[in-house]
Amino acid sequence: MADSKAPSQDAPHNHGLAHTTPVWLLVSILLVLMFLTVLTVAVTSFDLGAQGNLVVAMVIATIKAGLVVTFFMHLAWDKRFHAIALAAGVLFLILFLAMVVADRGEYQIDIDRHGEKYPFKVK
Amino acid sequence: MTDTTSETQSNSETHGHSAPPPGEPEPHEQTEAHAANGHGGGHGHSQYPHLAHHFDSPQQQFDAGKLGIWLFLVQEVLFFAGLFCAYTVYRAQHPEIFVYAHYHLDTTMGAVNTCVLLVSSLTAAWAVRNAQLGEKNKLVVNISITILCAFVFLGVKYKEYAHKVHEGTLWGHHFNPQHELWELDSFKSKHPESAKLAEKIAAIQFEGQPKRKGHGEREGSGAEAKAPAPKTPPLPAAMAGAADSDMKVRRIQSLLLQASDETLRPLVAAGIIKHNVLATTGLERPATAHIFFGIYFFMTGLHGIHVIAGIIVWIWMLLKAQRGQFGPNYFGPIDYAALYWHLVDLVWIYLFPLLYLIH
Amino acid sequence: MATTTTTDFVSPEPSTTDNYLNNEKGLLSWLLTLDHKRIGVMYLFSVLASFALGGTFALLIRAELWTPGPTLPGVTADMYNQFFTLHGAIMVFLVIIPGIPAALGNIILPLQLGAKDVAFPRLNLMSYHVWILGACFMLLSLVLGAADTGWTFYTPYSTMTETAVIPAAFGAFVLGFSSIFTGLNFIVTIHKLRPKGMTWFRMPLFVWALYSTALIQVLATPVIAITLLMLIVERTLGIGIFDPALGGDPVLFQHFFWFYSHPAVYIMIVPAFGVISEIIPVFSRKPIFGYKFIALSSVAIAILGFLVWGHHMFTSGQSVLAGTIFSAITFLIAIPTAIKTFNWLATMYKGRIHLETPMLYALAFLWVFTIGGVTGMFLAVMSVDVHLHDTYFVVAHFHYVMMGGSITAFLGGLHYWWPKAFGRMYNEQIGRIGALIVFVGLNLTFFPQFILGSRGMPRRYYNYLEEFEGLHQLSTIGAFALGLGFLLTAYGLLSSLRKKFDAPANPWGATTLEWQTASPPPYYNFATPPEVTQGPYDGYENLEYDEKIRGYVPTKA
Repeated sequence: MADSKAPSQDAPHNHGLAHTTPVWLLVSILLVLMFLTVLTVAVTSFDLGAQGNLVVAMVIATIKAGLVVTFFMHLAWDKRFHAIALAAGVLFLILFLAMVVADRGEYQIDIDRHGEKYPFKVK
Repeated sequence: MTDTTSETQSNSETHGHSAPPPGEPEPHEQTEAHAANGHGGGHGHSQYPHLAHHFDSPQQQFDAGKLGIWLFLVQEVLFFAGLFCAYTVYRAQHPEIFVYAHYHLDTTMGAVNTCVLLVSSLTAAWAVRNAQLGEKNKLVVNISITILCAFVFLGVKYKEYAHKVHEGTLWGHHFNPQHELWELDSFKSKHPESAKLAEKIAAIQFEGQPKRKGHGEREGSGAEAKAPAPKTPPLPAAMAGAADSDMKVRRIQSLLLQASDETLRPLVAAGIIKHNVLATTGLERPATAHIFFGIYFFMTGLHGIHVIAGIIVWIWMLLKAQRGQFGPNYFGPIDYAALYWHLVDLVWIYLFPLLYLIH
Repeated sequence: MATTTTTDFVSPEPSTTDNYLNNEKGLLSWLLTLDHKRIGVMYLFSVLASFALGGTFALLIRAELWTPGPTLPGVTADMYNQFFTLHGAIMVFLVIIPGIPAALGNIILPLQLGAKDVAFPRLNLMSYHVWILGACFMLLSLVLGAADTGWTFYTPYSTMTETAVIPAAFGAFVLGFSSIFTGLNFIVTIHKLRPKGMTWFRMPLFVWALYSTALIQVLATPVIAITLLMLIVERTLGIGIFDPALGGDPVLFQHFFWFYSHPAVYIMIVPAFGVISEIIPVFSRKPIFGYKFIALSSVAIAILGFLVWGHHMFTSGQSVLAGTIFSAITFLIAIPTAIKTFNWLATMYKGRIHLETPMLYALAFLWVFTIGGVTGMFLAVMSVDVHLHDTYFVVAHFHYVMMGGSITAFLGGLHYWWPKAFGRMYNEQIGRIGALIVFVGLNLTFFPQFILGSRGMPRRYYNYLEEFEGLHQLSTIGAFALGLGFLLTAYGLLSSLRKKFDAPANPWGATTLEWQTASPPPYYNFATPPEVTQGPYDGYENLEYDEKIRGYVPTKA
């Protein structure tokens, strides 16, 4: 089979089927993640403008996500194709969001007009 | 080339007689041992009790499972994508709903849940290491802690949901908040001046109207301490029209004109008063505020269902681990379960700032 | 190859007890099987049964449209809405999307890879049972007051109507997961279980097609899953995401829905392309022309297919900006599709054409799919689509590609692989006549609909203007002829099952791996895992026809 031989021959020193993450690394990553969480909350007390806070929050969240994906989920030592698959998924997500939000922005005026004519009231 | 075809052709005619001598049971090479006996009963397989018949080696089986779970995770990303898209669309067009609604959420609980899930991610990743090294006892401990964290997460979530039911901040037509924005502690502590201003305006606006029943003022509240929020007649979303005289409107507007920009800003951001102060005739709730809560419950609810599914998977893994099934040649299921669990964590890493940390 | 009428032909060697059809007996040995071939066979019969049900609704629709206004006794306009909803939902979700991958792919993919099974046999079985569950929910909808929203479930009507939308939507939701798991399984199988020597560019084109399809299945289907879930939650809890009465946005639903449903049509057609790519070289006795282009064009179509969903929404209130972008990218998709078509023609050029039933279907495909594809290009032009949207032109277009494309290829593949899967040769004469009737019926049903549409006949309408009656009647006659063709074809295939095993390992003289094991294969597929040393369509010159077994054997050189 195409893949059965190669990886095991290059298996790391402990003869296992995959790389084993050291404990110190796992714990360190957790501490960094906790710190970033605290940071995310702390940043909300600063006013960075309507979009600024959102951007900062998303950047920090993405850093956290990146750490989880790279170290906890092992992508740093895994086959490249898994990273490509994940990247493809995220890419399609962004594509989906971008097109829909862009389009919605364009026809929002129709919704606003409809909302003015038929204002919504909770029954 | 012709030889190959004729060989396999004749093999199928005469049903696999050409069994080469069984090779050494070298697990990492494709042996011809199981060629003789097509359905995988060869020497290589009996050495690895967890090796499925259609795989040639534990490495191949593990790699296949890894690819499989990653594809499943990609699919999960796109599953949640729809909800993130709905969130983005509504937040882009109606930011005031989100500002308004986030005061009703408890940031501390959200942060606690974030930390709980992060810890559980650590123990899950650690469990994979334990399984790889055959450390059975540590494996059991780490899985147990993961499950425990998951339950803590659900517990906190339950508390939050219960509070929302109590508070009346639910979806669609069930959206009936018991407290106005300026009455909330979270708003008062962040924007004391704005809260005071809103109270003054409200006093004018609802002059002569019966006081709405709040939490502590329910009739017969003793026996109904646990009852859900009473069905007081909900205020119409646009209360602006309630200022039933020009006098009221003028008094309100003079208050607004006297107030500083900084005091007004939080109220404008939350859709309580319009941008154009002179067009404001009173305080109002943003008309479609319930949409936030619809999205909130849907996203956190779906996430919660994934947490529950994760708990079930982990319990199953715990049982297998206790029976000592995992070791250096077979730890795939723990690895795959941990990957799924990390995804659950990842989704929450994004949900937390998006829902709880809106500025 | 001599023409064969194999009604009484008996195989020179007795069938053995370790072929996959006989090795175990009893209902549970089928329902709980982990053998991909048995799972494929179960899918095949389930899909064909669903096709019959969906087809019945089609005939009801066409019968009702025989005259303007009420035609069939007891059929009201509302009931007519239910007919076309069920016809669409059943055909799309139960038949065409699973169709070739689940029924043919499950049987053939591991065989073409020389593998013992797919990567995850238990997941495969679960996919099947999940399909059954989804089908049950669809039937539940039928029973509880069938949905009448059209298979597209557009809001706000779908959030308001009293009919059983929730079971239908939930059924589709469940079926989505069957599709996702099949796709996932195939991707891993193709990555991990290829035989020694089979590099990516030595894989059969059917495998490339299944791979591309699987990519779409995994990436797109979850989006419809969440969309349907949102619809169900909207109906039950009134969240207000899509319903304008609650402050929601109905066009948002359409974006969500078509983000999946456009790639879905590529799930429907790309496997069909794969089948055609298998049949044409064999029956032209010539290697495929432009292998790499065909292989990569499948992937290109899969990717581009994600970028064009807005072309279903030109008239929905979507912005002109978005419409322009979608229109432009839709034009691009014609390119890889055309590449395939030209390469198939080039394969046949100067080949020795054999006109057995699979080839007849392949030739029919070339004709019918081209018409369908080109009319798709007309619809891609925004200014033209404004007039043709929601008319019969669109109905004709998608039936030409789905019926003329997917179903025709499905039938071709079914005949092609029937001897392999079931060990018996079908009746060739009936097969050919059936193919002919299907071809005529198909064109007679749907060609008049192009004319109807361009003259303004709207789709999903129970009533219509007098002037359209003639064309509608032509179309209805065609539909019943088509039905007859299908029945005849089914008879030709199913009646072969009464015979003893008489099919040789390689009746068509093909060179891909599945023909190197017995017909039907032993349950373990291959006695020795095959090794690949050449391309999948090389070596026709090394095979010769053997009268004794009525099949091809390697030339004794």
